[in-house]
Amino acid sequence: MLLIPCPYCGERPELEFRCGGEAHIARAADPSAVDDGAWSEFLFSRGNPKGLYAERWNHAHGCQRWFNAIRDTASDRFVESYKMGEKRPLPGGE
Amino acid sequence: MAGVNRLPRGGRIDRAKPVSISFNGQTLSGYAGDTVASLLLANGIHLVGRSFKYHRPRGILSHGSDEPNALLSIDRGPGKIDPNNRATVAEARGGLVTASQNHWPSLNFDVGAINDRLSPIFVAGFYYKTFMWPRRFWDRVYEPNIRAAAGLGKSPDGPDADRYGNRHAHCDVLVVGAGPAGLAAALAASEGGKRIILADEQAEFGGSLLHDVTSTVDGTAAQDWAAQAIAMLKARENVTLLTRTTAFGYYNHNHVAMAERITDHLENAPDHLPRERLWQVRAGAVILATGSHERPLVFADNDRPGIMLAESIRAFVNRYAVAPGRRIVIATSGASAYRAAADAHAAGLAVTVVDIRLEADCGPEVAFVRQKGIDVLTSHTVIAATGRKRVTGLIVAPLGSEGRVGARRTLAADCVGMSGGWTPSVHLFSQSRGKLRFDDAIDAFVPGQSVQAERSAGAARGSYDLADCIADGFAAGDPLTARPRLAATPSLTGFQPVRILPTDADATRVRAFVDFQNDVTAKDIGLAVREGFESVEHVKRYTTTGMATDQGKTSNMNALGLMAGIQGKALPAVGTTTFRPPYTPVTFGTLVGPAKNALFDPARITPIHGWAKEHGAEFENVGLWKRAWYFPQGRETMHEAVARECKAVREGVGIFDASTLGKIEVVGPDAAEFMNRIYINAWTKLKPGACRYGLMLKEDGFIMDDGVVARLAEDRFHVTTTTGGAARVLQHMEDYLQTEWPDLRVFLTSITEQYAVIALQGPKAREVIAPLVSDIDLSGEAFPHMTVRTGFICGVPTRLFRVSFTGELGFEINVPSDHGRAVWEAIYERGRAFGITPYGTETMHVLRAERGFIIVGQETDGTVTPDDVGLGGMIAKAKPDFVGKRSLARPDIVAAGRKQLIGLVTDDPSLVLDEGAQIIDDRHRPVPIKALGHVTSSYWSAACGRSIALALVAGGRERMGETLYVTTPDSFAAARVTAPVFFDEKGARVHA
Amino acid sequence: MLETPNAARRVSAFADAVSPAGIRPLPGAARFALRLREADATGEAAGFRLDQPLNTFAAQGDRLSLRLGPNEWLLIGPEADADAIAAEIAAALGTRFHTLVDIGHRNVAIEVKGPHAADILNAGCPLDLFDARFPTGTATRTLLGKAEIVLMRLDDAPTYRVECWRSFATYVHDFLTEAAQEFDAGT
Ligand SMILES: [Zn+2]
Repeated sequence: MLLIPCPYCGERPELEFRCGGEAHIARAADPSAVDDGAWSEFLFSRGNPKGLYAERWNHAHGCQRWFNAIRDTASDRFVESYKMGEKRPLPGGE
Repeated sequence: MAGVNRLPRGGRIDRAKPVSISFNGQTLSGYAGDTVASLLLANGIHLVGRSFKYHRPRGILSHGSDEPNALLSIDRGPGKIDPNNRATVAEARGGLVTASQNHWPSLNFDVGAINDRLSPIFVAGFYYKTFMWPRRFWDRVYEPNIRAAAGLGKSPDGPDADRYGNRHAHCDVLVVGAGPAGLAAALAASEGGKRIILADEQAEFGGSLLHDVTSTVDGTAAQDWAAQAIAMLKARENVTLLTRTTAFGYYNHNHVAMAERITDHLENAPDHLPRERLWQVRAGAVILATGSHERPLVFADNDRPGIMLAESIRAFVNRYAVAPGRRIVIATSGASAYRAAADAHAAGLAVTVVDIRLEADCGPEVAFVRQKGIDVLTSHTVIAATGRKRVTGLIVAPLGSEGRVGARRTLAADCVGMSGGWTPSVHLFSQSRGKLRFDDAIDAFVPGQSVQAERSAGAARGSYDLADCIADGFAAGDPLTARPRLAATPSLTGFQPVRILPTDADATRVRAFVDFQNDVTAKDIGLAVREGFESVEHVKRYTTTGMATDQGKTSNMNALGLMAGIQGKALPAVGTTTFRPPYTPVTFGTLVGPAKNALFDPARITPIHGWAKEHGAEFENVGLWKRAWYFPQGRETMHEAVARECKAVREGVGIFDASTLGKIEVVGPDAAEFMNRIYINAWTKLKPGACRYGLMLKEDGFIMDDGVVARLAEDRFHVTTTTGGAARVLQHMEDYLQTEWPDLRVFLTSITEQYAVIALQGPKAREVIAPLVSDIDLSGEAFPHMTVRTGFICGVPTRLFRVSFTGELGFEINVPSDHGRAVWEAIYERGRAFGITPYGTETMHVLRAERGFIIVGQETDGTVTPDDVGLGGMIAKAKPDFVGKRSLARPDIVAAGRKQLIGLVTDDPSLVLDEGAQIIDDRHRPVPIKALGHVTSSYWSAACGRSIALALVAGGRERMGETLYVTTPDSFAAARVTAPVFFDEKGARVHA
Repeated sequence: MLETPNAARRVSAFADAVSPAGIRPLPGAARFALRLREADATGEAAGFRLDQPLNTFAAQGDRLSLRLGPNEWLLIGPEADADAIAAEIAAALGTRFHTLVDIGHRNVAIEVKGPHAADILNAGCPLDLFDARFPTGTATRTLLGKAEIVLMRLDDAPTYRVECWRSFATYVHDFLTEAAQEFDAGT
């Protein structure tokens, strides 16, 4: 069971969290202006890297905040977590 | 004295506390402190089971948790029987009923032993090669027979009568293993007040020191040093000591799972104690002091009862005061077995040592035992063991130069101790994802790079000398403080790796076992390699070596070494297999813990549940909720009860518990804007006091949930969701609010359980509640369909909705939960004069289907759009955006031929179609026929006097009046396509 | 029109509960979910502190304010004060954007008290309840087995208060009762 660093509550057990998949996939301000190809990318395409990966997490059974975290998918080590709206602290990674 | 082979002195057994156990119906005596294995040996019993594949007689190989052979069924009373207990781990205590396994009709005479004679055909890959064809034999002949013959032991057939506990625990340092290294680590780690957990699988702490009666540490007897260390740890409040606790799984972020055995060793276990407990430990750091495993030697018939590991002879003699034989031969390729020889000799047993090594390659151990008068034959190999159900001797021969085998001679023996060297127990380290490193000096894989905050110590790290182990433990426990090295008796260490003993016998006739539990011989491994299996993982699966419940603790290194030898590779080039949890077998009870019976899952019940139960309701599970399904009267069938309930609602009044509906209060100045973005509907113009049926999509454009929404005030909405969707919808809304629209001034609160919801439906509903309601004008003009009012019912504040999911005049009465039952009862009492009828979810489903109302999850399946179910008109087209809007313009969504919701009426009005049944347009087409869709809902409708069904059918709305064919269990039924509404097509009745 | 005799009758979710020593269902209470933007969380309102750190609670008399999220408080007070609390909060927060939702009947509460209280809770709660890690004054949402709870440590007895949704009352109560069994008979 992972120990996940909530940027509000600190490290808490994985049981209290839900994962929301890849982070930093922006929803267009005006979706109607997005063409079909780009829209299907937005809906269905996600990265699956071996290494650092930015994910959305929700501390569902804790403070209930959504936040982002960077996890190494090979080791499950959490490198960093940060609040929604804050910039991704590490460049690239994928 | 308990047992013919009990030594007169010594041991850690309590001679003042005799115990007796039953083994295969025979009553045997021993002492408290015995394991079942030591008690059996004390009584002269070596033959304790039959092997897995060949049904060969097997004895006790080891003295600990790495035991592959001595697996017993243990019966502790009704419902408390389980198979495959290692006799070397199970503690002897009064009342224990044990039995050997894997034989018929008896341990001594086993019909299955014929497999041993047929062994030439049971070679590696036997199953893969043999049971391939004819294909139809698989189901009827091969599989049933293999299943009947397979498996070790019999699984219990009754429910487990025991209780099991669970404990989440945290510590700064978890020390696994309480041998010399673990004790030292715990002492050092706990000095500064850190929280320490020390766990060991044995009944007592001490590890190898429990059977070491000659070593000294720091000038005192090693066992006394251990006792003092344990006493010091006990005195420290920051230390938790767990005996009989096996760390069996090492997971992410230093999460270690341990099984504590609490009552199995107690003769009269108190009822209030759980049998076992799962510890889920989160540790800041973990120290693995898990020791090492001795390797057997591989020679012909090395599995005969009476042949055991050399160190185990030492343990039985010293710890349990048992003579495993009177005439012992120690066969070894290393030094440590000489200590066993010396200790057995000191206990008065006749001992001879056979050492594979050249005299010149041996250390001081040879002189050490020779001076005690023990015969040592160096440079000798073991050709074979003699005897069947008990070893009678060893055939040995001198080894000449270049491996030439000399003249054989037989050494008489009733017990053989073998030692092929040692293997550090790196299982947990490997589970922690640490990388192993091969250490040539000790011919073993040892912990290399750590991945988690973990460190191995002592023999687990390849350090076999007692003083080294203690020093390593101190350093592991507290790396920052230099502690003086404690002097200790030098251990006899060092061995010469030998994969299979040299022999002059015909190799094709020799059965030399590598993996005892899975009956894998050296020959099997050779065959696998010759047949082209190169990867260690493939050889493991093909031969099954190391795949038994002992995970190859004693066999892995021998198997790897054999592979390397045959392939001509160095051992590290062969690699090692992956170690996976559990380290040793764990009962299902421990894994389940308290989560069984009523605590398996929360059974969520409504405030009205008790009333429904008292009134004979049958319940159905909806998510975790228990919902009243129908209320049978007398001997009514479900069909009859539902027909009666439906009729009551259509003609009089029915009362229904809708408390489980999800409810969310959406509050804030931007509440309407938020609703606009989440739902397909428009909310801005909805007036306070009005309700609207809302539909929400996922971003992919498919229907996610629905429900009636009431606007209580400009800035306050009372949203309802489906029962099953409540948590999902709130999660979905919070996600968008927090991550996409954090600027919106709105907050969400679940109020699902704040209110009990009583649905009162039917033409007489208004009359029933009229005298109970205050501060609300119930007249149709003042309180029309799809509005909400606040006031009081029975003096209790209520949010009173005038809504209907049945097509009848109806109210949904929200009252604070604790008042739910009282208000329900008041309404029911008042309604009796009107024939009020409680109804359940089944009737609700029928009534809404008659009106063509969808149920999300029944008419929809995650691939259905609003237009597909005929609700496209609800979309507020003027809104620039809402979740899912863009996706409704995706090419696949706007393409023609999508499945659409329609009604189906069967030609035979009495036939109720199966939900999920497939629909085709022409039953005479050649198969395979492409299905047009499926039936989503199907019921007997009392109001229509016939069956009705809803279905999703490709291009369905274009097919009105067509006849389609629906699969039935044995054929097809013809049905006509209609609009998906069967009753009160204009929807006039709700306005009554 | 309050003609029904049992109008005021309440049926607690714990009506049938039989509890061992140390575990006690608590009577009803006034409860509100208060939401307020983090930047506006200063001082106190109606006797409920707002500026305490996340995952702690503050008590003033019989009014408890639990900060469960950066912008979320669970307010608990005497049941009879429910209407007063709502009015006082509205007055105190005035035009500051906030929402207040009555959840008095949504939640129920159980007290767990005594030397083994933490062990009993740790049968299902994955948090570290060690004194220094979960001291008196802590309050957080978490899990007990398969139920979500709010866990508060009220004093050094220690006494804990467990809040859960009403429909989980039986499960949570029975889970705690099962976990307490070994200590109940042993002490
Ligand atoms: Zn949090």
